Amino acid sequence: MTVEGQRGALSGWGRHPVVVARHRRSENLEAITRGATLSRGLGRSYGDASLPGTIDGTLAVTTAADRLCWFDAERGIVRAEAGVSLATLNRVFWPRGWSVPSSPGTQQVTLGGMVAADVHGKSHHSEGCFGEHVRAVRMRVADERILEVSEDEEPELFRATLGGMGLTGHLLEVEFQLRPAPSGWVLAESQGYGDLESTVEALRSAGSEWPHTLAWIDLLAGGSAFGRGVVERGRRADPGEAPSRLPAPRFPPAVPFVFPLISGTTMRLANIARYWSRRLYRRGIVHPDAFFYPLDVVGWLNRLYPRAGFTQYQVVLPTSAGVEGCRRVFDIMVQRGAVPLLCVLKDFGGEGKGMLSFPKAGLSIAVDLPITDRTQVAVDAMNDFVAGVGGRVYLAKDTLTRPEHFRAMEPRLSAWQAVRRHWDPEARIRSALSVRLFGDPT
Amino acid sequence: MKALLIGATRGMGRSLARLMVERGDQLFLLGRDESALEVTAADLTARGASGSVGAACCDLESPSGFEAALDAAWAGLEGVDTVVVTAGLFGTQESLEADAVLRQRVLSVNFANTVEFCEQVRTRLLADGGGTLCVFSSVAGDRARKKVVLYGAAKAGLSSYLEGVDLRYREAGLRTVLIKPGFVRTNMTAALDEPPFAVGPDEAARAVLRAIDRGASVAYVPPVWRLVMLIIRSLPTWVLRRTDF
Repeated sequence: MTVEGQRGALSGWGRHPVVVARHRRSENLEAITRGATLSRGLGRSYGDASLPGTIDGTLAVTTAADRLCWFDAERGIVRAEAGVSLATLNRVFWPRGWSVPSSPGTQQVTLGGMVAADVHGKSHHSEGCFGEHVRAVRMRVADERILEVSEDEEPELFRATLGGMGLTGHLLEVEFQLRPAPSGWVLAESQGYGDLESTVEALRSAGSEWPHTLAWIDLLAGGSAFGRGVVERGRRADPGEAPSRLPAPRFPPAVPFVFPLISGTTMRLANIARYWSRRLYRRGIVHPDAFFYPLDVVGWLNRLYPRAGFTQYQVVLPTSAGVEGCRRVFDIMVQRGAVPLLCVLKDFGGEGKGMLSFPKAGLSIAVDLPITDRTQVAVDAMNDFVAGVGGRVYLAKDTLTRPEHFRAMEPRLSAWQAVRRHWDPEARIRSALSVRLFGDPT
Repeated sequence: MKALLIGATRGMGRSLARLMVERGDQLFLLGRDESALEVTAADLTARGASGSVGAACCDLESPSGFEAALDAAWAGLEGVDTVVVTAGLFGTQESLEADAVLRQRVLSVNFANTVEFCEQVRTRLLADGGGTLCVFSSVAGDRARKKVVLYGAAKAGLSSYLEGVDLRYREAGLRTVLIKPGFVRTNMTAALDEPPFAVGPDEAARAVLRAIDRGASVAYVPPVWRLVMLIIRSLPTWVLRRTDF
């Protein structure tokens, strides 16, 4: 049964921009995607990627379609509807000894969103993007046909869909390979480093031994402390070293309304506490949610961010740019008056098979920035530099990048656009992001 | 637990079925849409259901089919100890006032036919020596309000029926669990404005399962609605005449 479209205010995770859009939600994805402008899952992309590109467009909200189609317990292969959340997959498969590879920093994402953004996580250097583990998708393309798409059937469309931001068609089902996880628990280490250079160096060297690594950076400390950080590294615990019971599922409380606790001032204090409490080497068994999903520490964490909303500026700098490139991005950010609330670094492995996927070998920088009248200028200035050194921006986080910058960063864009045009010559499926960056009509 | 669920292809029923499967209960599903039943059974199997998840068609709009459906369930599970009725129809007050056919359907499904279904279940459970009958009513049955006159009236009847069954048969071993959901985000409520204390179907289902396990005769979901309804029930009529909720 189709729920009739309703109009309502929608935004991405950054709560900016907000648009009034018609949307409909049902477990029958075939019904709600017919004629829809765009599919939207849990709305965890930060900017305008999940917002419709036209005033009269209708969004198909997939979250009610969250059923597993089948599970092959011998080979660890599962097929599920696009609206199933990573949280659900974890709850179902952790107790059975399997985990979802390439898990991002929140589990409140849908399977469809994981394919569309070709998400990565702390494990990118060891297992690539989620798309590397996707075997096939079932999708509705712009002429309303429903196709099975994989490396064997319509391989170009398949690769354009991994990281294609939902613009090549509506994802209905996703089939992917799970990874054996001997115990649900994680063996984690963390250690602080006093400056940016030594933090980045420690992050890189951790990658050769540890499947999951990440560095958190303090960009609000002044003087020589600017850029100090904590490196986290971890792996799935062996059954012998972990508690024999399974980690209990956590249901954190949610922030009920917008309550802007997070600001430059409060984060400066939080950063000091965080750095000094985690500066010394620590090693131990931790709950997988605590290790993998820091963004889920409370529900609706984004409501703690400043009232005008925020964006996450995430770019990857090629290895050649070095740590100097990273420092340069931070310098431009601070000079232009942006307030870096939270920053994480991640070293990436190679480029995957998604034609427009974000990661490539180098250093990823992700910084939460409140939306102010200076943010656009700061993003433009940083993008100038990033495009110049051969880096690129992550569309799932992006709100403010200009089309000329994106074109300069993305030599693969014309190839991807050719595939998209082949399947959707009129750009019937489009988002506010594709209008902003790819010149789609409104 | 060997549980029969009617209305488990969507919303709270679906969430509840998943929770029960996760902890190893055996399930049999009844519903009106055959393909939705198949998809749901496959989902529950993939989530690790113990044994196969049986299913049969049963529509609360046609009571003539109840007996065959219940036969199939009792045979499929080799006896049933818990029956959960989450199926029901919803219509806004405006749509029910405007549409006589819809009105008739909502009133019969939510009251007369659900009661008939429960009567047949009651007979079978008592013949087996007892069991649990869990039925989803609504807070709308607790006090008449402008927005839910017709829907609320049917749910009030259903609540009253189940309370009576509890009084009459609890000693004989039939435990009834009357679930009164407040506002739960499902397809049924997708077109409505969300009041405070709204929860998702998974959170609601956890509360329902706790109530079934405890054997609570009445459970508000989420529990804060017990307090909300206590206040609403105590409001004088003239206040309700002047308010719009």
